[in-house]
Amino acid sequence: MPDITPATAFLEAEGLALQVGERWLCREFSLRLGAGECLVLLGPNGAGKTTLLHTFAGLRAPTRGSVRLAGKPYASWRANEVARFRGLLAQQQPDHFSSSALETVLIGRHPHLGRWGWEGAGDEAVAREALRDVGLAGMERRDILSLSGGERQRVAIAALLAQSPRLYLLDEPTNHLDLHYQIAMLELIKGHTRKGCSAVMVLHDINLAARYADHVILLDGRGGVVAGTCAAVLREDCLSQAFGHPLRRHVVDGCAVFVPQ
Amino acid sequence: MIAPTAPGRRRAFGVIVALALAGVAALVLALASGELDIPAARVIAALFGSAQGMDADVVRQLRLPRAVAVFACGGLLAMAGALMQVLLRNPLADPYVLGISGGAAVGALAAMLAGLAPLLVDGAAMVGALAAMLMVFGLAHGDGSWTQTRLLLTGVIVASGCGAVVTLMLAMAPDTRVHSMLFWLMGDASSARRPWPALVVLAVGVVVALPFARDLNVLARGETVARSLGVRVTRLRALVYLLASVLTGVSVTLVGSVGFVGLIVPHLVRFAIGNDQRVLLPAAMLAGGLLLLLADTAARTVMAPVQLPVGVLTALIGVPVFLFLLSRHRR
Repeated sequence: MPDITPATAFLEAEGLALQVGERWLCREFSLRLGAGECLVLLGPNGAGKTTLLHTFAGLRAPTRGSVRLAGKPYASWRANEVARFRGLLAQQQPDHFSSSALETVLIGRHPHLGRWGWEGAGDEAVAREALRDVGLAGMERRDILSLSGGERQRVAIAALLAQSPRLYLLDEPTNHLDLHYQIAMLELIKGHTRKGCSAVMVLHDINLAARYADHVILLDGRGGVVAGTCAAVLREDCLSQAFGHPLRRHVVDGCAVFVPQ
Repeated sequence: MIAPTAPGRRRAFGVIVALALAGVAALVLALASGELDIPAARVIAALFGSAQGMDADVVRQLRLPRAVAVFACGGLLAMAGALMQVLLRNPLADPYVLGISGGAAVGALAAMLAGLAPLLVDGAAMVGALAAMLMVFGLAHGDGSWTQTRLLLTGVIVASGCGAVVTLMLAMAPDTRVHSMLFWLMGDASSARRPWPALVVLAVGVVVALPFARDLNVLARGETVARSLGVRVTRLRALVYLLASVLTGVSVTLVGSVGFVGLIVPHLVRFAIGNDQRVLLPAAMLAGGLLLLLADTAARTVMAPVQLPVGVLTALIGVPVFLFLLSRHRR
């Protein structure tokens, strides 16, 4: 594990550009995410939010530029140390085999165990607490094949919590969740950033982004990137242009709210 | 069942011990049964003592090599099936789905058609299995990507191509050879005389697979999840594919395309102890050996002196047991 000082950036990107096939998803931009900060990726379908998030996670190399995790490029990290420092909530894939909710959450402890290690009482306690945090206490023995989409999503979030990373990377964490749990899960992540972790989230809801983001990266799907603080990016003109639909900004109870026209 | 927690783990180890004991009992039964009924006490005396006589020779020289080879092959098939199901993330996968047995069948039947000696038939089966494995691996891996769908499709297509060649050879074969060729295809342990190759490969398979068993648990959750948790997915998949192919190839070479063991046994074991590969792989190995040994004992004795193809018996035993457990299994 690297030394983390208050000045260490958890995630840095320099001159980052991504190309898939012939298409540029984003042209060169730079980014620095420190402890306690939350970054939201916004953009229309197919703009490359997931690809960018996976690049931040070190799962794919950038076309140009570099990504550094806690000051070190991914190439100089050991695989299980990376997995202890940053965790990824991937988009839900269908499950094919029965497994209890607790067993599924314990998967998150994988990078904390040695090759021959077995999950101990400590790991089990972490997993049970994670299930409690996502509102699934008492569901430990339920088969994941019998869960609803929203419950399955919360099990996946619990597995990420059990991984206990410093940097949370979340691909549409609010997917399949009802309104109550959308807010509850984002508050849960926010709680971890207040304790010194940081988070990067792909969201579809501009208003949730406005509520939880410190920084926003807006992809327009044509290679354009607007990156900056929440106030600098979440503007009527930028958003309307990126989403290809006119939006109006209103202020309700002191919060910015964007309404499609 | 929650295998990673302490109570789940205790239960899983209990199941493994019970399967091992049942395996020993099945071995004694297999050695005692046959045209010549030999009491269990004489079997044990022949194995561990210095018993002399025809019955001791039958046990030591005829039944023991076959029983051990059959047990090992059942273990190979069940383990290969469990590995393939994780590799392809598909509960319907079995050791033969990627064309290994098809390739082996083409090799073996071609050798039989040419009238080669049994040892050369075995060799040709192994060559065919390896050729199919390399072909599927090369084609599916061609562009560097490794998707489950591409691998599965390539394997299924190669398998069906092999099936067509096998049918062609059966159609061309003289009547005198068709019977033995059909027996080979159905799975036939009557010529299994050398237990050592299967036992050695089985031991190597366990030693290679178990250090990666928890990685396989993660891989079963999907590629992105596995990579994000630090599993080197490409390397792991190649390893699992090669291992499962070699296990399957050795088994097919020795006992032919015995069906159902590789598909059903991993599921049976999952019903009992869950899908933790650290306990599933050894338990499936023991259960596969047990099932195939019981099936082979039945194949030798039920209609004696006629020997039935063991592959038919595995299906006849395995299918009702599986359906019964499936209907009782509640989430």
